[in-house]
Amino acid sequence: MKLLKSLTLLSMVGGLWMSSALAEGMKMQGQVMGGSMQGGSAPMGARSSDYSDGYKYRGIKGWEETDTIRIDKVLADQTEYRVNNHGNNSLRYDTQAWRGTNYHKLWLKLEGSDELTTRAGNMELQVLDSRSIDSFWEFQMGVRYDRVYSPSITRQRLLAVIGFQGLAPYWFDVEPALFISDKGDVSARVRATYDLLLTQKLILRPRLEINAAMRGSSQFDVGQGLNDVQLGLRLRYEITRKFAPYIGIAKQQQFGATANLLRTAGGASNNISLMTGLRWWF
Amino acid sequence: MSQKNNPLLSSRRTFVKGMATVGACLPLIGALSPLAWAGELLSSKTELSGSVFDLVIAPMRVNLTGKESIATTVNGLLPGPIIKLKEGDDVTIRVTNRLDEMTTIHWHGIILDSGMDGVPGISFPGIAPGETFVHRFKVVQHGTYWYHAHTLAEQTGVYGALIIEPRDASNDMTFDRDYPIVLSDWTDENPVDVFLNLKKLGGYYNQRNLTASDFFDDAAHLGLGTAFTKRKLWNETRMSPNDFSDVSAATYTYLMNGHSPNGNWHGMAKAGERVRLRLIGAATATFFDVRIPGLKLTVIATDGQPVKPVVVDELRIGSGETYDVMVTIPDKQAYTIFAQSMDRSGYACGTLSAEKGMKAAVPALDAPVPLDMVDMMGAMSQQGKWKQMAMQHKPNHSRDEYGAGVDMRVDYPRVNLDDPGPGLRNNGRRVLSYADLKSIHTPRDTRPPTQEIELHLTGNMERFIWSMDGLTLNEAAPIHFRKGERIRVIFHNDSTMIHPMHLHGMWSDLESPEGGFQVRKHTIAVQPAQRVSMLVTADAEGRWAFHCHLLYHMAAGMFREVVVA
Repeated sequence: MKLLKSLTLLSMVGGLWMSSALAEGMKMQGQVMGGSMQGGSAPMGARSSDYSDGYKYRGIKGWEETDTIRIDKVLADQTEYRVNNHGNNSLRYDTQAWRGTNYHKLWLKLEGSDELTTRAGNMELQVLDSRSIDSFWEFQMGVRYDRVYSPSITRQRLLAVIGFQGLAPYWFDVEPALFISDKGDVSARVRATYDLLLTQKLILRPRLEINAAMRGSSQFDVGQGLNDVQLGLRLRYEITRKFAPYIGIAKQQQFGATANLLRTAGGASNNISLMTGLRWWF
Repeated sequence: MSQKNNPLLSSRRTFVKGMATVGACLPLIGALSPLAWAGELLSSKTELSGSVFDLVIAPMRVNLTGKESIATTVNGLLPGPIIKLKEGDDVTIRVTNRLDEMTTIHWHGIILDSGMDGVPGISFPGIAPGETFVHRFKVVQHGTYWYHAHTLAEQTGVYGALIIEPRDASNDMTFDRDYPIVLSDWTDENPVDVFLNLKKLGGYYNQRNLTASDFFDDAAHLGLGTAFTKRKLWNETRMSPNDFSDVSAATYTYLMNGHSPNGNWHGMAKAGERVRLRLIGAATATFFDVRIPGLKLTVIATDGQPVKPVVVDELRIGSGETYDVMVTIPDKQAYTIFAQSMDRSGYACGTLSAEKGMKAAVPALDAPVPLDMVDMMGAMSQQGKWKQMAMQHKPNHSRDEYGAGVDMRVDYPRVNLDDPGPGLRNNGRRVLSYADLKSIHTPRDTRPPTQEIELHLTGNMERFIWSMDGLTLNEAAPIHFRKGERIRVIFHNDSTMIHPMHLHGMWSDLESPEGGFQVRKHTIAVQPAQRVSMLVTADAEGRWAFHCHLLYHMAAGMFREVVVA
């Protein structure tokens, strides 16, 4: 328990450190033998790439849109059925979709879960403006809509979002974000995943998520401080690149005030789930 | 339908699973509206010669993979007919488009007026559906060239050999046999989908990613520390040492003269005969490593230009390049022409033998070799004179190379030409490199260059953005070549991929690292982290295309318009 907690704190510090690095403009430089192969900004006096002498580009038929093509992608990273050690069954989904060009996209993130027995659940939708600020990183700003519901009650709130999403060295997909609710509550989240290729098609994906809040919001089961840590491990088989069934296991642990809130409500502050699902995209 | 009665096509009518033939051929349009265009299909001969030609681009059902699919073909053939021209002739080539979208034919490597070059949007508006465009030009060169659509229809079959006989036939060597070997890649997918897949997931077709067991293998053999160090720089920079080709055999079937490996193209060649193979790199996204086990290849020309003969076991041919090689058949054996894709995911092959059924063994694919440090670090990981020579160059990146579209910059590129390239180094065979290619004729224009243009070949593999100097086609202004001047163009490859760079309308005179003239080409394959230069005489007034000949790199933006004025 202690180990988990200190690990968590460590990851949290790591995540925050990363966020601050990100905030400084994501100048992730591969400092290699005195040179910088990646990122950075152009030195003073860097040469121009304009060799036109004033001749104008007129557009090239058939190719006018290929390099600036607008692309739509929908990625259902998690579409799964879960059973946890308290006997609850739920459906969980986590989908991202974007539409846009190379450097500017509209980015949607939709996730949530539904308890099959209690018919309670939660849903979160983020609508973000996403800009490529670096070779490997997106900077995202927008709104998040939360909805927590059960047969007896429904609560919702709106939050502002500011965050990053990208690929860190050593191939970690990292997604840190800050949220400010309509009540002024500030919270943070870091997510990281890694694809470990057992074979070209069999892929093991560890996933870590940490949530923390500056101030509690009991209506949404959020306490002050570290809220929860979620660790997942999913093993998928890519029948095609776009279609991969998986199985997995996840542990979720709530801490401090958040854990107390849950226990007061008669819930458990930690659970272990087994899941099976589909990862698909188009 | 006229094709049904055509002996060539009907003899090819086969739907045997995996057979390579462009089977049989109910033209799609014909099927939809019978005889709509069959009447104008003047010729489905595999070889056309003379000075007036009629080419019809139309959809056609093919079966190259065991599954029926729609190709776009020239005169109902895949590849299109071999077009034979004669140096000095004035030729007329009428191209009719029977597709439901605009397309064109570009005469790759041919010196002609810019209006005849067949690049939509630059030379002319393109050929609209149902229309005919008449290309007229005087043939001022000879050798092995090719033609292809300058649209995505290149992927689906619009390409073929263009062979030009010298005006004075005594200038040419004589051969007992002479075969164009058109190497290409075929996919049943729509090329638009291929492009979108790459845009959505850069490594979509890469099935050689490093796995955990690769790491454990290395750890077992080299020790944990070395296994880790070996991957360190690649992991830190988020580059893959196994990313050789954007598109692989995951979707491609590799073709030799339109035949899949199962279909096995055959060329007659008897003991004692001297055979010229005109290798044509007609693939849209594939480099081929070509060899004929048991035979030496004497390279005698590249890109139509004769070179001092050089004897090798193997050569790499990039998209857009051509190589003439001479082989002499020593005995009554059959020989396999083996062309494996650079990423070792598949191959095209065919047979040279005295009888049609006679085959030789097809070698196994070479084990894939990852990229070397030199492919990322350039001269930094070299030793000796090349390192010294390369380190003299100051990094000179454009100010647009520091944005989100560029994932890597090479500060000290390597400058040597004597490298056959990643995957071919020290493989136990004598492999051709550009240092082996010496043009027989030196350029008439010996003036020193008066304009210097440095272009960095840049990209972002994760986002599948490809560019020059960090800007894609639609973000950049054209490049101005001052008319009549001798111009030096420097290519500096800031990526870990090879880019076959093709300038239309004018010759590309590759310079040696020491600054002398090396070889005249129309397509120069620039290796990862390499810096090479070429001289161009800007004598062709007008607007020209200048791009990476990998179709999806060109589509992603590694393309410029050149204005000669």
